[in-house]
Amino acid sequence: MDYAALWFWIVTACFAIYFFLEGFDFGVDLLRPFLARNERERKALINTIGPFWDGNEVWVILAAGAIFATFPLWYGALLTGLYPLFTLILLALIGRGVAFEFRAQVDHRHWRVFWDVTSFIGSFIPAFAWGLIMAALVQGLPIGQAGVYQGTLTSYITPFTLFGGLTTTLLFMLHGATFLLLRLDTQSGLHARARSAALFWGAFATVAVLGFVYLGYVREELFRSFGLSNWVLPALAALTLAGIWLSLRLKRDGLSFAMSSLTIVFSVVTVFLGLFPKVLPSTLGAAYDLTIRNAASQPYTLYLMTIVGGIFLPLIIGYQAWNYYVFRHRIAVDEPKINQEIISHGTD
Amino acid sequence: MDFSTLELSRFQFATTSIFHFFFVPFTVGFAVFIALLQTLAFVRKSDDLERLTRFFGHLFFINFVVGVVTGIVQEFQFGMNWQVFSNFVGNIFGVPLALEVLMAFFLESTFLGLWWFGKDRLPSWLNLSFIWLVAIGTAISAFWIIIANAWMQHPVGYEILNGQAVLTSFWAVMTNPKGWQWFSHIFAGGLTVAAFFVMAVSGYHLRRKHEIPLFKTGLHLALVLATLGSLGVVASGHIQGQSAVRDQPMKYAAFSALWDTPEGGSMPESLIALPSNAQNRNLFSLEVPYLGSFLAFDNLYQKAQGMNELQAEMVKMYGPGNYIPPVWPVYWAFRIMVGLGGIMLLTALWGLWLWRKGKLETAKGYLIFLLIMPLVPHLANFSGFVTTEIGRQPWVVQGLLLTKDAVSPLPVAYVIASLVAFWIIYLLLIGLDVFLLTRTARAGMHPPDTELASVPAPDYTLGSDPVKLKGS
Repeated sequence: MDYAALWFWIVTACFAIYFFLEGFDFGVDLLRPFLARNERERKALINTIGPFWDGNEVWVILAAGAIFATFPLWYGALLTGLYPLFTLILLALIGRGVAFEFRAQVDHRHWRVFWDVTSFIGSFIPAFAWGLIMAALVQGLPIGQAGVYQGTLTSYITPFTLFGGLTTTLLFMLHGATFLLLRLDTQSGLHARARSAALFWGAFATVAVLGFVYLGYVREELFRSFGLSNWVLPALAALTLAGIWLSLRLKRDGLSFAMSSLTIVFSVVTVFLGLFPKVLPSTLGAAYDLTIRNAASQPYTLYLMTIVGGIFLPLIIGYQAWNYYVFRHRIAVDEPKINQEIISHGTD
Repeated sequence: MDFSTLELSRFQFATTSIFHFFFVPFTVGFAVFIALLQTLAFVRKSDDLERLTRFFGHLFFINFVVGVVTGIVQEFQFGMNWQVFSNFVGNIFGVPLALEVLMAFFLESTFLGLWWFGKDRLPSWLNLSFIWLVAIGTAISAFWIIIANAWMQHPVGYEILNGQAVLTSFWAVMTNPKGWQWFSHIFAGGLTVAAFFVMAVSGYHLRRKHEIPLFKTGLHLALVLATLGSLGVVASGHIQGQSAVRDQPMKYAAFSALWDTPEGGSMPESLIALPSNAQNRNLFSLEVPYLGSFLAFDNLYQKAQGMNELQAEMVKMYGPGNYIPPVWPVYWAFRIMVGLGGIMLLTALWGLWLWRKGKLETAKGYLIFLLIMPLVPHLANFSGFVTTEIGRQPWVVQGLLLTKDAVSPLPVAYVIASLVAFWIIYLLLIGLDVFLLTRTARAGMHPPDTELASVPAPDYTLGSDPVKLKGS
């Protein structure tokens, strides 16, 4: 079996799952200022992702760890090459992670506002930066001998990559909105506003995705190398994107969320399919491309990783799914049974 | 590559790791304490002990999240600042790191949420198993990262192929004796961090006569852990020192300030010294004869090699260069660590003695003394970190890769900017962590109905799909 290729697809799966899962918790954070009108509603929005966000985030740590073990050259070249971006992402994830926990610790309005702002910025930066990074992968980086980055900041801050960042941000907002449709009490005003938000931000997201695909086709030859059969995935991404609209109109909440999830998964797979068999194309010449051949670990490491991945990945997916099942009930928004006192303090 | 990129990257890695290392041993030990406490509550079917578990659980939560977010930085930093290192060791080092994520991170993050938020939704035996899964997860996480570090200090099960270290035996990597010694040392250290923290909090409330029977239980349980932990730290530390003589003689000589191989019939132990790297000797050293041989080899006559001799040997093996680590910080950090370890053990024994006399909960002096104790194991961990990580310089992978050759070719400005940003955020985090821990710990336990204000469980609707509540 070709373990290097297998691990390329496992890494792809990690990113797809990561963007699918953390995509909606980023989205919920990004939508909060637009949707919530008082403290009770802000709290309800946070509670929709409370038991999940931490587990969601681990998927990107796994993606990084898996790349380190199976494609060490890719790991070093990507993280060193995009150093400023990864610094920003890390700082943002730190702020965001503590914001959820610390927010509730002190009952003071300014304290909560501070953490709300922190988690908004902490979600915006990675949501944007991950899109930028995916676009930079498609575009290629000025990587020279031994995977050493030769460019400057402007090598990857291009209209195309910025558009990539905008696309993921808007797509995550749409995804967050469809997630909220599933998680919030259907009778609440917040639920109705989430539906409007899905339609509103969904329109922008659709334009952004189409724009990104167009730029990708014109500037980066994204789909030109694809054979006919490989067109299936981008086509499916487009179909599911349209499907979101339809299901929103039909008020089928589950279907809307499924469609936005699939759009994200298909888009990620499309990007990696465009890369394959490269992992990091070099803009300095094909000789410097990092591929699944020259960047991969030795067979024994890959074999070992396959064994442990084969054991633990299904287990992880199993208990994470169960976690979602345990907390499947909708969040109450309008009729708080507890914390009457806290909530009345927080209402502004 | 540039000298300052190297120095700044080293400083960044050292400090972000040390910040992270303030939170992690605490999490590892605290999880065990809480799991034991909840087990006690479960066995005795005590709602009060359940409340105490929630109280300490709340403190655990605050600290856990800081450990998690500083841990993400560690995961990315190898590639960001140490590209050459990552290329060189990825085949081997990446595996325990990936295993840490697969076996521990998912487990901790998922089951901590289930434990806290799912308390009223699932049977209590299941809830108890969650906290044990979290405790096991934190220990597994510590285990794999220590195995990865142990490989860098004592490489095993590898060969060099095309300029990369390539795995030949994962079994050898996993059973690296150095890794197991360190794991037991750090696990025991984690128990002491948590135990002395709980003792301080319990002592504080006992002095104020809050919930006396409950905080008594907390104090007793923590005292047992503090005793076991400090005994474990001392014992595993001693074993480690003895193995360092053999597998990292330069580090051993550095923390002993042993410049020249002793000439007499035995090796003395230096108690206080002023080592000088510039002159390759001690400017001053107060020594106890025979003690060095006894501590290192369990006999009075065996001798270890001094740094000057080891330096000459390494030049022969690896070519010209300076292979002596900065002795001053290593020597003193080692002594501070050992001294603090002694204080921990004595404090625990003092507590046991008071307990036996039935005076533990009322011994005012002791309870006040306990308030400064949470700092001691933290400082000991910090000193241990400095000893072991500076002590292995200039190597990043012992005998295979020098730290100076491992760094990423980065513009200096990038590293300065990130270093400043990480420092600002990390100092804020430490400040907030201490502020919130102190505040929450001092507030004590609330009546059950207001307790939820802290980290609230989501308030679910009771719609068509009925929520299954415990006992209903």
